[in-house]
Order: sequence, then structure tokens, then C-alpha cells
Amino acid sequence: MQGQVPPTDEKAPPQRLSVAILALGGQGGGVLADWVQTVAREHGWLAQGTSVPGVAQRTGSTVYYVELARAAEGQRPVMALMPVPGDVDVVVASELMEAGRAVLRGFSTAGRTTLIGSTNRIYAISEKSRLGDGRGSSERIMAAAAERSKRFIGFDMDAAATRAGSVISAVMFGALAGSGALPFPRESFEAAIRASGIAVDSNLKGFEEGFQAAKAEAALPVESVSDVPVPESETGRKLAVRITADLPPRAHDHAMHGVQRLMDYQDARYATLYLDRLDSIAALDAAPFTLTAEAARHLALWMSYEDTIRVADLKVRESRLARVKGEVQVEDAQLLRVTEFMHPRLQEICDTLPAGIGGRIANSPTLTRLLSPFFKKGRHVETTSIRWYGALFFLSRLRPMRPRSLRYREEQERMEAWLDAVRHAAANDRALAEEIVKCQRLIKGYGDTFDRGLRNYAAVMAGLDVRPSDRAAADWLAELREAALADEDGDKLRELINQARQSPVSEPALRAS
Amino acid sequence: MAERSFKREVKKLEVGHGAEFEGEGILAVTKALLQSGVAYVGGYQGSPISHLMDVFADANDLLESLDVHFEASASEAAAGAMLAASVNYPLRGAVAWKSVVGTNVASDALSNVASGGVRGGALIIVGEDYGEGSSIMQERTHAFAMKSQMWLLDPRPNLTSIVDMVERGFELSEASNTPVMLEMRVRSCHMTGTFTAKDNVRPAFTVADAAANPQRDTDRIVLPPANFLHEVEKVEKRWPAAIAYVRDNRLNEWFGPQGDDDTGDIGIIVQGGLYNNLNRALELIGLADASGGCSLPIYCMNVTYPLIPEEVREFCTGKTAVLVLEEGQPEFIEHELNTLVRRADLQTRIVGKDILPRAGEYSTQVIREGVGAFLRQQGSPLAPQPAIPDPLPGETASEIPGRPAGFCTGCPERPIFTAMKLVERELGPSHVSADIGCHLFSILPPFNIGNTTMGYGLGSAGASAFSSSGKGKGSSGGKRAIAIMGDGGFWHNGLTSGIGNAVFNKDDTVTMIVDNGYSAATGGQDILSSRALNKVRSTKNPIEKAVRGVGADWVRSIDRTYDVAGMRDTLKEALTTPEKGPKVIIASSECMLNRERREKPIRRQALKDGKRVVRERFGVDPDTCTGDHSCIRLSGCPSLSIKKNPDPLRQDPVAHVDNSCVGCGLCGEVSHAAVLCPSFYRASLVSNPGRMERFFHKVRTSVIGFLQSWDARARAARAF
Repeated sequence: MQGQVPPTDEKAPPQRLSVAILALGGQGGGVLADWVQTVAREHGWLAQGTSVPGVAQRTGSTVYYVELARAAEGQRPVMALMPVPGDVDVVVASELMEAGRAVLRGFSTAGRTTLIGSTNRIYAISEKSRLGDGRGSSERIMAAAAERSKRFIGFDMDAAATRAGSVISAVMFGALAGSGALPFPRESFEAAIRASGIAVDSNLKGFEEGFQAAKAEAALPVESVSDVPVPESETGRKLAVRITADLPPRAHDHAMHGVQRLMDYQDARYATLYLDRLDSIAALDAAPFTLTAEAARHLALWMSYEDTIRVADLKVRESRLARVKGEVQVEDAQLLRVTEFMHPRLQEICDTLPAGIGGRIANSPTLTRLLSPFFKKGRHVETTSIRWYGALFFLSRLRPMRPRSLRYREEQERMEAWLDAVRHAAANDRALAEEIVKCQRLIKGYGDTFDRGLRNYAAVMAGLDVRPSDRAAADWLAELREAALADEDGDKLRELINQARQSPVSEPALRAS
Repeated sequence: MAERSFKREVKKLEVGHGAEFEGEGILAVTKALLQSGVAYVGGYQGSPISHLMDVFADANDLLESLDVHFEASASEAAAGAMLAASVNYPLRGAVAWKSVVGTNVASDALSNVASGGVRGGALIIVGEDYGEGSSIMQERTHAFAMKSQMWLLDPRPNLTSIVDMVERGFELSEASNTPVMLEMRVRSCHMTGTFTAKDNVRPAFTVADAAANPQRDTDRIVLPPANFLHEVEKVEKRWPAAIAYVRDNRLNEWFGPQGDDDTGDIGIIVQGGLYNNLNRALELIGLADASGGCSLPIYCMNVTYPLIPEEVREFCTGKTAVLVLEEGQPEFIEHELNTLVRRADLQTRIVGKDILPRAGEYSTQVIREGVGAFLRQQGSPLAPQPAIPDPLPGETASEIPGRPAGFCTGCPERPIFTAMKLVERELGPSHVSADIGCHLFSILPPFNIGNTTMGYGLGSAGASAFSSSGKGKGSSGGKRAIAIMGDGGFWHNGLTSGIGNAVFNKDDTVTMIVDNGYSAATGGQDILSSRALNKVRSTKNPIEKAVRGVGADWVRSIDRTYDVAGMRDTLKEALTTPEKGPKVIIASSECMLNRERREKPIRRQALKDGKRVVRERFGVDPDTCTGDHSCIRLSGCPSLSIKKNPDPLRQDPVAHVDNSCVGCGLCGEVSHAAVLCPSFYRASLVSNPGRMERFFHKVRTSVIGFLQSWDARARAARAF
């Protein structure tokens, strides 16, 4: 009869449960959806699963939807084919941002949904292709997940799968069982894995990991933090004392790391030069001393610029081989061969040579033409072979010659100009000085990447001269720097500078001293 | 061999009368075809119908045993033309494809078969690819059904209804001498469920019977004067016959209070495929229960074309307003309902797109809001309060990145676009006409290559305006356009529409044929040029032979796409050579997804047998990586990602290769070809090495170990 609302009983156990699974193509979301249905059917429930097949599954995010209903005599429930916002009981997501997507799409709601999400990150192309740091905030998603769910179970399922030698879908299934969100006993879940007959042992191990972890408090994966180095040599202790005495406490950590890095990179003398330079900035700084702290970071990075010697030096280390072994998970019985892809150009060779010789070759068209063909092709450098290891080892031994190299001279000149600009600005605009310090971030990489970085750095610094009159210099420089990191071709930066050129320009904030 | 095997599932197709069949929509449809005594099946893959083709292929033995002929058609046009077998003979036939795009391709044949009409039941199963995850997401097959006058079935999305509608579809086709389209909506194809099975029926009349006794009837051929006859037949005979069949067999359904029970003055008309969404929407606002009992009268159209005037009149009589739920636009059904209501001289108001969204899927959420708006508009006491939206705050929402589909780990197509990117840096950008297939992912980040895509196999044709080598503004003036075409599209039609067209018109363009050995985007089905041995199909027909066969002279075959430098140089040569006419590059490397699936078990077995196995993967040294991510912008491989910089002073994340790397080699090639950075390394892990190999390894390790400890001592001497 029209107008009558079907009666509902608030206290009755749910007659229907809806489960949304958000995964990336290839993560086994479909397998998980099948398992869930198997469990439910085993208990006499009706189960229906749906998904959108097709190219959407190739690495893109995919939603699988399962609906479970208690079978009632003579009645066929009408099942939905996709999750309805506000009407989902359980969400299982294979990655943190996918859990976030479940919240964003309204699948997870406060007071209703058990949200089970892996807290590890698989970065999207937009995040990982940025020139700087394009990562989304995990903390924000964690907060939203907790807020917009009845219960949030979050742990690193990828790590759990690796520990178990299993796949993430098995861990997700275990967490689902462990959450108690579905009214079925653990044995039925395990039986579903057994019934599928594929990789049963490892899947059960993954299941166990997930089942146990579901009981814990939701947490992001732990990230390692580097401890502040403690000096262990006589020279080191002397320099550490100097840091504590001369520099504001805020800069100590970075300066300790800096000194350690530069002693390793070159020697104690070079580290002393670093501290001298830092002192000159600290002298112009005042509380809260963020200028000195940032200078300690960026000066150390610039002074340890990557040249051929540095690369060789890093590649021949014992610790490096150990790291590779760990990363590629070499088993005891396996042999490991490591091949590097190096492409030294004539320019890098000249850079390494003593300034006089290097400069002469680089500036002579004839010599460049004659020598270039030898450096046209990339080299496969097998560092686990004696020949190539020996070559790199020899190269790394050229460290004492570095201060006489062409590159050293060029870099020190560039650094001094930068430090001059910093000191000049610090006298009356410390915020600007700090932003200039941070522009070191633009200069990185090798070959073309390095050249582009230098160009961007120069363009950003020059951009200070066209500062719109309504902008503070520090803000303006920060915006220019971000623009330089927005795209590879420098379009955003050019656009910003061109725009600024057309508006009233303020007095230059900085003049070369 | 297709990506997904249904070998296990197809056994279920053999179950007999009374058994409970449990499985996916595509399997249910296949079972329904067998229960209907189908004599031949064909089709062309494409989401969401790809797996139906895989089911057919995997069920080939069963089909053969039932005297059913199965063809993996070369295109939808080929499949559509196959229905010609039902014109003269009492043969039931079914073909399947992705729609609307597949129907576009098939429409020449469909116009002809619909004109002459059929004697045996002809069923076209269209995977209606409307909305989420679709390509041409806004078009509907409905328009084709109307323009060619073929009947369109849109059953409620549950397996019993779908199976029933397949069987009824054949009967309807035969009763009205008209081909019938069965619409499988995206989610129905892979929807799991159950239905009660019947026995498979061997066709009473087989294709062999027909071939042995050819029959001919010039009245069925589309040529004057018969085609005038067809038009009259369509209107005067076939249409009324279809309406009568649908009405008499009650293919449409009614829910909720009807007739005398219906005391209200409003109702809802819904496309069968949307019924479940409607019921859930009503349930959520307290107007229905979980098993379909509801408070509002519903007329559910499992047949969305033709409409049944008597049924519409009866439903609308006594109602002041009826809400019609019709997904997509133009609102053909709504238009026709208005006509029918006018003709019946009813005053019922047809409410539809005036309150429902004009575009997009009619999800439960959308219908819930629409029904609410309708009830409020009609002043109904049943009207729910409008829901208060509570969206995730923008600052959190903006942290969630989009995740578009992309090339798989180790995909051989990736290096092709890396090479194109490098050429672009040298020669500047070209106009790029893209095609349909996995390679279309090139239009997305990180490659951002491709200006248009005009359809499957139409990459070259899409570039043909920019192809003239003549003089004046009407020619492209030396700047060559690049066309992309996949091997799937090539055999579908690209050989003639693309290469043949370019040869004939002396087009001065470059066509890159991406040959990965399969129709990969649709799930790895075999095609003419597949390298695999296929017992029931002819494979290993090289693309180069075909290209040269139609007269192309400048043809380069690259048999390892991972050779980025080689790819780059070949493409550069094609773009700069003084030679006129089409330049064709065939870039071949096997689809990694298929290759891994084939080789992984072999590798596992070899390991078990104690044989020497080398596994390669790549890695990045975090201390030489400076976090610029150039390598990622030239690759986008899922296994090449980023991680927190372990360096306490550096802030930008470093590149990182995870253990899913298959060692395709692209990372190394890119760092060489693009002169990137020395951070990449290739690790070769040798399992079960030989004795000599172990010996030499020991020698190397001890020499290097000696130097390493020397190095470590020297370093310790100058340590902090």
C-alpha cells in the first residue's frame, strides 16, 4: 500500500553487510573479493561481488564491491552494484591514499564503517614526478580516517606482506577477519584461502600477520631518523666543541652533520672552512637563529657537491655493497653482480682535472672536438668486477687533488657569491637571507639536470629585481623558488617573472656588494 | 593466451537442468546462449566484454562438442557481418562487443542485417560501456537500436533476469525477424551470482547443415527493389510483432502497488538495468525493503526499445506524474513516453531530466536525490528530508592524489615514449595522433604525449591532414606528424585505414606501430601477429610483411623497444630523412604482463631443478641521488618510486626501486640516453651458479674486499 514505510528493527542483527575494497590494479583486490564471498556463502549468506573491469585496472585505483545478505526463505534480496556513500559497513583499502579516497568518496562514515587501511604509501605519479617534494600528507589522511569511521584499523600491510613472504591481499583478508566486522569465525576465512588452492601456505602466513595486526592501534609506518653524530676522533671533537661554542644551539644538529659530511667528503680543513663560513652568517643572525640553522644545512650540501671523485668514493665503499645486498635481498647461495650506468661527459673529466688543464681543454674547440667522441657513450660499469672496481677506486683516491680541480674553483666562486648575497641581505632582512639560503635546493643532480638547476637558480635570484611593489622580498623569492620547482621547462617561473615585469617594480632588495 | 584463464570456470557451463549455477555475469550469458541452442558465436574483445570473449575461447572444446561454431572476429564489423548466417537459415547466432565504440564499427553490417531481417534468432550482446571506467562515456547504444530498428534489452542486473532475457531475446528476434541487442552494463559483466540452470541445447540446425543446403531469397538482400520492401516490413510487420511478443510474454515488470492497490497518484518508470539502484535508493529513504517490496508503483522496462504503448498507457492512467529514470542523453525514452502519453490523451506529467542530472551515471546516490526531489516537487507526504552533504574538507581532500592508469611495471611500450620524449627535446614537439590501446596512456603524466585519438586503429588516419609533402599552406611543410598505432588496432583496421591510406596518398608521416604480441589492453588476446603458438588460430603473421605488402617502403623493425638509444635514433631518422612517403617503425617487445605470466612458472621450476637462473632488478643509490626525479619523469614505472631521503640534511625524497622491479632495463638505458645520473645500478642475482663461476666470484670478492677495507681504514682516519 502506498505510503507505508517498511518496518525496521534497530536492535536486530544486520540482514545485510556491504564491503568495499579499494586497491590498485594488480594488487589482488578481485581475489580478496572472491574470498569474502566464499566465506559468506559457506555460512549460508547470499553474496554478490562486482567490479569495473578493463584498463582501469592497469595500476589505477579500482573499487571492488561485495554485498552479503542473510538468505531468507522465498525472498531474493535486491543487491546493489556499487558502494553507496553512507551505506558501507566495511572498507578495506590497500594503501593509505586509497583509504583516504574511501573517505573522500563517502564510503567510510563515522558511526557506521569499519575502515581497514594499509598505512604504507604507493606514491602517485603526480607525487613522485615533482622536481622537489610532491608527497601528500599522510598525517591528514590518518586523522580523517579516524574521524570518519566507526573504527579505523591502520597498519603497514605492505611490510606485513613482505615479512610473511606473502601478498597484500592475504594481509588485508587477515585484517578483515581480525577486525570482527563480519560475523564469521577465523577458521572460515582460512578455509577460503585453502579452497582457492593457490599459494596457500604463504597466504595463510600473510593472513596471520593481518589478523594479529588488526588488534593494534592505527599507526603510520615508522621512519628512521638519523641520530646527531657524536665525534669519535680528536679532530672531530675539536670541531664539535667549536660548533657548540660559536653557533646558536638551533644550528648545532645541522652543523654536526655538516662537519661529519665534509670531513668524509674532503678533510678537516674543508670542514673548518665550512665552520668559518657559517660563523660569518651566525654573526649577522639573531633569535630564533633559523637563518644559521638553514645555512648549516644548505652550505654543507653545496660544499659537498657531487663530482666524479665523490661518486666514485661513494660507490667503492664496503657499506654501499652491503646496502645493495640488503635492498635487492640477496640470498646466501646467490651470487651478486652490480652494474652501474655511468655517462661521464668530457665536461666532467675537465671538471676533475686541475683547473689549468681542465679549463684549457674545455675552452679549446679543437681539443673538445677531438676528445668528445670518447665520452659519447654511456658505460656499463660493473663494480663487482676487479677492472671497474679498480678504476673507480683509483678515481676515489684523487680526493686530495680536488681543491685544485676546475670544478672546485667554479663551485667555490659560486658559493662565495651566494654567501655574499646571504650576508648582504642578513644585515637588514633576515627572512630574505634565509630564503636565499634555501635556494641552494635548486642546484642538484648531474649533467643536464645540474645545468638546469644552475639556470633556475640564476633566474630566481635575478627575479628579485622585478619584485612587485606589494610583495615582501622573502615571500617573493620563496614563490619564485617554488615556481622553479613546478615544471622541468621553467614555464611557471618564466610566466611569474614576465607577469612581474609588467607590474610596478619595487626598489631592488638586493644589490651585489 | 589471454590474461585471465577461465579454464576452470567453463566446466560449470556443462551443468544440467535444475543445477544451481554460480559465477560471473559473462559466464551466465555464455550458459544462457548454450541453453538457447545457439549455432554460432563471434565477437571482438573490449572492456567490459573482453572476458566474455575469453570465456568463449576457453570453452572452445565444449562449443565444438555442441556443434557451435566460434570465431574470434577480426573486428566488430566482422562480427556484425557474421550475423548474415541468420538471414536465410534458422540458425541462432550471437555476437558480442564493447559498445558504443564497437557498435560504431559494426554499424554498416548492422544496418544491412536489420534491413533485410533475420530468420534465425540474432543476438548482439553489447557491453554497455557507459560512465565510470569508460572511453566514450556519454554515448548510448540506444541510439543505434532506434536508428536501425533493432530491439534493445536492458534486463535487471541479476543473473536470473539476464539469463532469462538471453533466451527471450532469441525468441523475440525470431518472432519479429529483427536482430536483438542485449545490453550488459559495466558492472553486470563481472557481477557474481546464481541462477537455476537448464540443459545445454545442441542447435537443431547447424552451420554445417546450412552450408550443405544453401538457400537464397533476393527479398532479403539490400538492393532495390527489396530494400523498399524492408522499410515497409519494418514498420508494418516487425515492429508490431515485437510489441506483441514483449507484451504477451510480459518481458517488462511491475513492482510495488499496482491496479486497485495503488492508491497514490505518482509512479516511477525505470530502465531495467537501473532497477537495483532504484530499489536501494528507495530502501535508504524508507520506501522499499531489501527484497524489492516497495511503497511506490514501479514500471521496470527490461525492454527499453521498443516501448509498449498499452503498458505505458495503463501505468500512467490515473497518475498525475511519473518519474522516468533514464541514464544518459538525449532522453530518448522520455521523449517517447511524452509522445505516448499525448497520444493516449493522458494528463500525466512525465518528469525526468528536468530534475535529474542530464549527464553521468545514475548511481544509487543520484537516484536517491532525484526521487527525493520528485516527491517534494509532487508534494508527496513520502518525501524525505534532503540529505545534508558533509564533504571532506578541501585541505585534506587535496592531499589525495588522482591515480590514473598507466603502463605496467616493465612495460615495453614505456621506452618508446621515453625515446619520443628525448627526440622531442632535440627536434621540438610534433603533432602526435594517438590510438586506442595501452599506448594511449602516453597522453597522461609523465609523458604527456599525444594530441588526439580518433578510434581504434585510426592513429595514422588521424594524422593524415598533416601529411602532405607538397608546397604551400596546404602542406605540413616539412614538419612531420607522428602517428601511434597498436598491433591490435593495426589488424582491426589500421592496415588499410592507416598504412594503405598513407601509401596511397603519399603521406609524409611517421607511424609508430607498437607491437607487443597481443591485444594487450583488452586482456592479452592473441591476434594475427602474436608470437605465441595458438592451436586453433593462425598466429605469427608479421606486421612488417603486411605493411610492405600494401606498398610501404620505409619500414624499420626494432625488436627490442628497451633499446632507448636505438628507438630514439630510428625515430629521429624517420622524422628527418629526406625520403618522402610514409615512414613506418614497428617497435616490438612482448607485453611484460603476459611474458611474466608465462615465464615465472618456468623460472620457478628451473630454480627447483637446481638450474642456473639469473634474476635482474634495478636499484638507486640514495647517497648519489639528489632527488630531482628526472628519471621518473622519463619513465613512470610503478616500481620506480620515491622514499624519504635517508640523508639528514637533504629534504627532497630520493628515487627508489622496489622489489617488484622485473629488470626490464629501461632505468639504465634512460640514464645513459638522457645522461641523467650515476645513481642507478643493475643487480644480477645468480642462483645455482656453476663451480667456475663461484670460484671467480670468490677471487673477485676477496680482491675487492681487500681494497674496501683499505678504503674503510683511510676513511676512519679522517672521520668525525
